[in-house]
Amino acid sequence: MAILEVKNLTKSFGGLKAVNNVSFRVEEGEIFGLIGPNGSGKTTIFNCINNYFPITAGDIVFKGRTIKGLKTYKVCHLGIGRTFQVVKPLSRMTVLENITASAFCRVNSIREAQDEAFQVLEFCGLLKERGKLARSLPIGGRKRLEIARALATKPELLLLDETAAGLNPTELDDAIELIKGIRDKGITVLIVEHIMKVIMTISDRIHAINFGQTIAEGTPHEVANNPAVIEAYLGEGYAQG
Amino acid sequence: MRKRSIAFIILGVIFLLFPLVIHSGYYQHLVIIALMWVVIGSSWNLLAGYTGLVSFGHAIFFGTGAYTAGVFVTKLGISAWWGMMFGGIVSMVIGLAVGWICLRLRGPYFALATLAGGEIFRLIAINWEGLTEGMVGILIIQTFRSKIPYYYIALALAFLCVYVIYSLMKTKWGYYFLSIREDQDAAESLGINTTLYRNVSLLISAFFTGMAGAFYMNYMAFIDPEVVYSLHYISIMAILVGIVGGVATIFGPAVGAFVMVGVQEIFRSAFFGVAPKWISQAHALVFGLLVIFVIVFLANGIVGDWSKIKRTVFRIRESA
Amino acid sequence: MVVFLQTIVAGVLIGGIYSLIGIGMSLIMGVMGIINLAHGQLMMVAMYITFVLSHYMSIDPYLSLLVTMPALFLLGCFLQKFLLNPLMKKESVLPENQVLMTVGIAMVLAEIARFIFSSDYKTVKTSYSSSAFFLGNISFNVPMCIAFVFSIAFTLVLFWFLLRTDMGRSIRATAQDKDAATLMGVNSSRITIITFGLGSSLTAAAGSLLIPIFYLFPDIGGPFTLKAFVITILGGLGSTVGAIFGGLVLGIAESLGATYIGMGYKEMVGFVIFLLVLVFLPGGLKRLTKV
Repeated sequence: MAILEVKNLTKSFGGLKAVNNVSFRVEEGEIFGLIGPNGSGKTTIFNCINNYFPITAGDIVFKGRTIKGLKTYKVCHLGIGRTFQVVKPLSRMTVLENITASAFCRVNSIREAQDEAFQVLEFCGLLKERGKLARSLPIGGRKRLEIARALATKPELLLLDETAAGLNPTELDDAIELIKGIRDKGITVLIVEHIMKVIMTISDRIHAINFGQTIAEGTPHEVANNPAVIEAYLGEGYAQG
Repeated sequence: MRKRSIAFIILGVIFLLFPLVIHSGYYQHLVIIALMWVVIGSSWNLLAGYTGLVSFGHAIFFGTGAYTAGVFVTKLGISAWWGMMFGGIVSMVIGLAVGWICLRLRGPYFALATLAGGEIFRLIAINWEGLTEGMVGILIIQTFRSKIPYYYIALALAFLCVYVIYSLMKTKWGYYFLSIREDQDAAESLGINTTLYRNVSLLISAFFTGMAGAFYMNYMAFIDPEVVYSLHYISIMAILVGIVGGVATIFGPAVGAFVMVGVQEIFRSAFFGVAPKWISQAHALVFGLLVIFVIVFLANGIVGDWSKIKRTVFRIRESA
Repeated sequence: MVVFLQTIVAGVLIGGIYSLIGIGMSLIMGVMGIINLAHGQLMMVAMYITFVLSHYMSIDPYLSLLVTMPALFLLGCFLQKFLLNPLMKKESVLPENQVLMTVGIAMVLAEIARFIFSSDYKTVKTSYSSSAFFLGNISFNVPMCIAFVFSIAFTLVLFWFLLRTDMGRSIRATAQDKDAATLMGVNSSRITIITFGLGSSLTAAAGSLLIPIFYLFPDIGGPFTLKAFVITILGGLGSTVGAIFGGLVLGIAESLGATYIGMGYKEMVGFVIFLLVLVFLPGGLKRLTKV
């Protein structure tokens, strides 16, 4: 069953169509990748899904219900969690407090919220950092905090926005393991990524866009060999083969 | 932890016994006013320090609370104490309107809008003579001759306010306020209804400040628009109390209240009569200089910068 | 009908002078993002200087422009350099520290004035203070007209400065993107100092021009600061052209308010417009809601 359906999504900023008639379905339990060069509209699509930006045209259907125009916090309550490309830690709160705050999405008492937070801390490997202020974490830690916070809201669908950017090779492997772990927990993952190693190795299917429009969709292998994709990333010369 | 509890108990006893030991009306008055500022400062701190919405217009709520109590007497003919019960509620209602207009603005523009709001209320109070008696102000008969009952009411109000805020900050709401302060967009994506919680913070802040205003009406028995809706002596003072004491701390505003009331009085009375007269006349100037001084040197307040203050003091002591 | 036209004329004339105040603040807000709540008090300082020059040395207010404008320029630079610039680097829980600092400065300036001059109302009367000329049935108050002409002149000079000189271009660059400007070799802290000085001297000009018309007392600054804000926001933040329109709109609105509603509520017109604009006018306002 498709947990998320993006139907003919169009987002315009004034006269500029950042996203133009994009459609795709994300099946429950899969890791679905969204790739495209810089400025192709990937993050904009995310921002439309949780109504951070209002949609210009089209529809977004989550678990059979349209969520178009729903307030952002309600989208979260329905079960969609997201991370931000430019991480947004709650800087002057500790790691534990960051995650506890988002755990309150599902529970009401501080005891339960902290219990939930501890579970998430362990799962994401942040237990040792729990007392540190969020702003004192290096970028790798912040990215993991970003994911941990989203996980604490117990999402069914997790939108990951460029979580691997800026990570060194070791951190990259850890990130890949974490995302696989998330999928193994039964959470569907929609991931926007730049770094080929990450998205090709973990995605079940990939949707490629350029200039706000779909250029390819399929398995990683299919997409990697698609001429339009190669042209978008590497230029026309390479597309000819 | 035990040291803290003992300190609190001692402090509590001191406050409880204070008016019975110190009989001077002058000092009793100062402490009552300071307690009132504990309420206003803590309320402001909830909205500004904990939720990140820096209000420059808390006079709106204080004045409204005061006038509610006053108008109960002049228009409804009932005791101003009823006004105290309703002062907070009326301020909350006003708070809803203020929120509707001002909360859609961010950062300094929220501050400006609240400042404008305070001035508008002041002008309305001056001009709507039918309701407020205008510049003449409202004069009522004091219920109690002695200051002691007022003292205990102020003490109870201050304790209640600080306790409520303290408890609140340890719950879900507290976490939500902080999250909104840190990053409103992130908070929204984490399932926090930021609009709702910002309004809640504003309403609670308005409620307690309104109660303080109503108390003021009952205690001083006289109010006028320039006093209770004053930009400098209510709104800015509230900010100073919060900043001097320590923004985003539980006891900062309480400390700030006593410090600010004390410092103001020292200058207004020219160091209790010891210093030359002109110092008293310059107390407004001192107030302005104090604002500048606090921002430059004490931006995190006494409680916030406590370790820095200790270091400075000890360094001075060592070199002496 | 005559009353209406008269009201409009009065509104336009004073609106032109208001524009000067608004442009000064617009410049400061646009370049540094600083909300200057001491703007009216700076004007007050200039007015007192003009008063002293007129009272003790019989110098005509319009001549005193030669003194007040440079004097306030220096004062503005001083304030920015020693009190405001250092704040930009400080980290504290409250980002509104800078606004609060200007409040402190405003209080200090007003109280120093009160200390020196007491709270008495002062006036500067010139031989032509009450004279007026007539076009048909409409009277044109002479000092206001002169002030209006000066305002236009100063505005034009300012525009020439901003558009044609290097310094002016640096200021505009810093206003658009401080970091980019710095990367291009603009000393942004020096620019902020100069801009604050410039904004202050424009306000000073408005003060010297207005003193034949208003009573002078230490608390005169507050209402003018508010007017400056209304104008700035009406015209769109940082837009000097917008400030001109904002000034005219405010002047006319106040004039209409005074004639048709009543003098007591005149002050409120400004505040109400301010709030209405903040809430309803999208124009320059979108920027306010996504800081």
